[in-house]
Amino acid sequence: MRFSEAWLREWVNPPVDTAALAEQLSMAGLEVDAITPAAPPFQGVHIGLVQQVEPHPDAAKLRICRVDLGQGEPLQIICGAANVAAGQRVPVATLGAILPGGLKIKRAKLRGVESQGMICSATELGLAESSDGILPLPADAPLGQDFRTWLGLDDACIELDLTPDRSDCLSLAGVAREVGVINRVPVCVPPMAPVTATRDDRFPVELLAPAACPRYACRVVRNLDPAAETPLWLRERLRRAGLRPIHPVVDVTNYVLLELGQPLHGFDLAKLTGGIQVRLASPGEPLALLNGETVELTADTLVIADADQAVALAGIMGGASTAVSATTRDILFESAFFAPTHISGKARRYGLHTDASHRFERGVDPELQVRALERATALLLAISGGEPGPIVEAIIPDQLPARQRHSLRRERIRRLLGLTLDDEAIADILTRLGMELTPTAVGWEVLAPSSRFDLVHEVDLIAEIGRIHGYTRIPASHASASSATKAPPETAFDLDRARLALVDRGYHEVITYSFVSPELQARLDPEQTPLLLANPLSAELSAMRTSLWPGLLQAARGNLARQQGRLRLFESGLRFRQDATGLRQEPLLAGLILGSASPEQWGETARASDFFDLKADIEALLTLTGAPSGFRFLPAAHPALHPGQTARIERQVSAPASSPEQAPGSDPDPEASGQVVGLLGMLHPALAAELDIGGNAYLFELDLTRLRHGVLPAFSPISRFPAIRRDLALLVERDLPYQRLRDCLTDAAGDLLRDLILFDVYEGEHLPPGTKSFALGLILQATSQTLTDHDVETTLSRILQRLSAELGAKLRD
Amino acid sequence: MSAETGLGIASLQAQALSEIAAASELTALERVRVHYLGKAGLLTAQLKQLGRLPPEERPGAGQAINQAKVQVQEALEARRANLEQEALCHRLAGERIDVTLPGRGQRPGGLHPITRALRRIEHLFANAGFEVAEGPEVEDDYHNFEALNIPAHHPARAMHDTFYFDQHRLLRTHTSPVQIRVMENQGPPLKIIAPGRVYRCDSDLTHTPMFHQVEGLLVDEEVSFADLKGVLYDFLTNFFERDLELRFRPSYFPFTEPSAEVDIQCVMCNGAGCRVCKQSGWLEVLGCGMVYPEVFRHVGIDPERYLGYAFGMGVERLAMLRYGINDIRLYFENDLRFLRQFA
Repeated sequence: MRFSEAWLREWVNPPVDTAALAEQLSMAGLEVDAITPAAPPFQGVHIGLVQQVEPHPDAAKLRICRVDLGQGEPLQIICGAANVAAGQRVPVATLGAILPGGLKIKRAKLRGVESQGMICSATELGLAESSDGILPLPADAPLGQDFRTWLGLDDACIELDLTPDRSDCLSLAGVAREVGVINRVPVCVPPMAPVTATRDDRFPVELLAPAACPRYACRVVRNLDPAAETPLWLRERLRRAGLRPIHPVVDVTNYVLLELGQPLHGFDLAKLTGGIQVRLASPGEPLALLNGETVELTADTLVIADADQAVALAGIMGGASTAVSATTRDILFESAFFAPTHISGKARRYGLHTDASHRFERGVDPELQVRALERATALLLAISGGEPGPIVEAIIPDQLPARQRHSLRRERIRRLLGLTLDDEAIADILTRLGMELTPTAVGWEVLAPSSRFDLVHEVDLIAEIGRIHGYTRIPASHASASSATKAPPETAFDLDRARLALVDRGYHEVITYSFVSPELQARLDPEQTPLLLANPLSAELSAMRTSLWPGLLQAARGNLARQQGRLRLFESGLRFRQDATGLRQEPLLAGLILGSASPEQWGETARASDFFDLKADIEALLTLTGAPSGFRFLPAAHPALHPGQTARIERQVSAPASSPEQAPGSDPDPEASGQVVGLLGMLHPALAAELDIGGNAYLFELDLTRLRHGVLPAFSPISRFPAIRRDLALLVERDLPYQRLRDCLTDAAGDLLRDLILFDVYEGEHLPPGTKSFALGLILQATSQTLTDHDVETTLSRILQRLSAELGAKLRD
Repeated sequence: MSAETGLGIASLQAQALSEIAAASELTALERVRVHYLGKAGLLTAQLKQLGRLPPEERPGAGQAINQAKVQVQEALEARRANLEQEALCHRLAGERIDVTLPGRGQRPGGLHPITRALRRIEHLFANAGFEVAEGPEVEDDYHNFEALNIPAHHPARAMHDTFYFDQHRLLRTHTSPVQIRVMENQGPPLKIIAPGRVYRCDSDLTHTPMFHQVEGLLVDEEVSFADLKGVLYDFLTNFFERDLELRFRPSYFPFTEPSAEVDIQCVMCNGAGCRVCKQSGWLEVLGCGMVYPEVFRHVGIDPERYLGYAFGMGVERLAMLRYGINDIRLYFENDLRFLRQFA
């Protein structure tokens, strides 16, 4: 909603300046979006009378005009506009005038003839984007007066960004009422006397969709002067409201729309047959619209039709076939009420948004139609002449929205606002807003004005009281309500702590979009069918991520392209997977490393990150569960990862750490002994090449749902007796996973084994082919005694026996 | 004999003391000790030969030898301490390092600035007794709109630029549906915040299709707009660590009434007017209001007995103001040169 401040002040004129007025409006919930001057700065332009026009002796397109400025000698001005004519009053930039853009008018000679000024077009004065010739002024424009003052151009255009509930302020009248309420000043409604019919022309109206259109008023106006033009003052008000003049009939309907908030329409009467039917469209019925488009209507669309066809999209836009034109002499003026529920969403469906649909969707005062029609008729008659018929009004009274009536309790006002207001103050605010009050035992019975569609509940009235009283005057209370804080369980996996652990280990957190390129994702996670957006911003952002890796790899690529060679990135967020049970939105923690293991530095040999660097980070995260030994890393396969460098991370279900409720869609692998909580591995070299990622990238992801439950620390006494270390070098088959050796050894060692340290893995020279050796440090300790050599020897020989029997491991010579 | 012995001892002692003085390192000194005081040392041998002396001479000779031993021992100790001190000084001198060289090892990374701001927001509300609640990002129409009093075709929907999957499923356009889910699952009193990702089908200089909000909800028997003003005042002044001016402007949200938009005094220009606040001196930072009774009815909470307030804020905007970030798109480009600034 945009309007001229001067126009508003004709209705209501509080003693505050523009800035204060804007502040008042914003603080009353009518947010002022912009205040712009009605015209750019210029000076020295006066109203002149063209007395004489003569051709220029040396230029076919130039004319020599004699222009009277009401005092002194008339000026000689050369003018190139085709429309300049003797007897016209025109804006004249006199010598010394400064026009918009800083152009200074000086004495000049054009093709040898002196010009003492310039007759201006609307464009030159900053009043139009383009214009056809000079701007002719009305005959009563006072000779010699300053043009800027005369047209009131030191005015401001105020633009409101209204919330959808305040349709009552989509008019000057509505804004004026608010300003009056806020400032406690009267609102002067300009006189709008009904027009007397001069002929008995009636156009029949039938309401065939009463719920959608319960009131339709119209009037025939005949014998308009097709040559009539919209007067400058009205064009100016439209212009300052952001509208362009089109045709007197259209301009008048736009003016009344701005002034009163009632959308109107003028049909060319000659093009209508029979009578008006307000009905629902037939499915597929075509309608050519004013904007040049033809739409196919759906059966729930309300149309205005004549005996033959649909002629307007009700409440949205008129039809092309019945539009007024330069030759129109007779019109039918329409002023109707369309129910918001029937108009809502329709304009959008047809790709339209008009001033009319904007208002009808939000609600137009159902008691405004006749008044607006009278106003429009009076304005049109003053411009184009014509003979009006009587207003024909069709009404379905029981379908018209009733004025809202609510019981308002003063106790409720106090509870909701946290503010005690006395009865007089409350009644005063509501009365000023146009409500009718009847006192009751607990408060009031309130009848809202018909223009207010937003007062549907008692709390809406309370909000009005708060708004007009001023939110600023409601005290802030620091009494916090009951706060029995519930902390999360101590054993819950703390994502925040995990993030910090990664940060401390050199990772940067990234946040990537939850929608990714379906192609990239299909390469990385081909087994999943992603959920696709119906209306993505682009194909690149159309698939919901089934893994966090596409985003991480994109982030990695971006950074590699920006010459960042060493990356340690992580992200946490949901992945979206579909399966037979539906959509699962699962929180993950995922990451990527690439480049050297440590930042480049002195005193250390640079080494590329590998699987075990990443694994150490994961192990650190798993430690946060309080039970790191409950997890196993087992060889696994994943389409995006190197087949020989991929591990799945399992959590032993039998461990006390396991979650009480099993996450849905548990292990697909029947062989697995545990629940898979994550995956890590090297990005498949073929994929890395495809994605243009140089160097080996290692990826991980952890399923946070399955890490959720941790283990509370349980103290065990510390042994007072010395520990003994024995080192073993064991020769095993090359394919034997360390985990198996470790499991077997741990089991065989029993209670005495306090710790097991792997300090070397060796393959190659000096070993039999197909073998490798593990060098292990065993820390043995008893809780109740000092270990004897005998104890240690017994334990070691038991361990060696088991390792030999079960895994073929031998002591290395 | 005795004189001879006496003379022998004295010269041995003198010889030993001079060798001690000459020993320039600990190993040499040890050799001297062994030479005189070791099992086969010269002074030790003197003691062993005492038995050959006449009994009456033995005490005198013994005393003389012992005195010599003590003197030699003391000299040895003194010299040892001296040499050790020298060795230590030498070692310390050799071990001097350039302490201005950089430290070795891993360097810390950093949290994303959004996470950084979110942690602060969560921390401040946790102190005020708010618990964190979460909800799905792929939402249904009911929780995102209907239950929040935004029926189909409501003009407020047009402002949301929703990403849809099908007729019923969409990406949540705000964190407000978490309010509904929490109220569906738990009875009052409630005091939660819901941080998370939200999505709108909009992408330009000042919009990204994904961003973060924090929703707040408090439901109890006595809660008023005055309490809402108080909690937000406390939050905003603590978040920005300064005593800010706040203004509550009446606004409209279908799920609250009264509703307000909260402006803070511009933190860039302290309200004087600048490019960031578009010369107004004010910055809109969050929306809030009292829970609309219709919303309570949707989740089966008695609106006569309970009242509530709700608020929602954009994290990107708060973080931009807090850290002086001037382009929202930087958040999701994940440029390390940007991310490193928040470590």
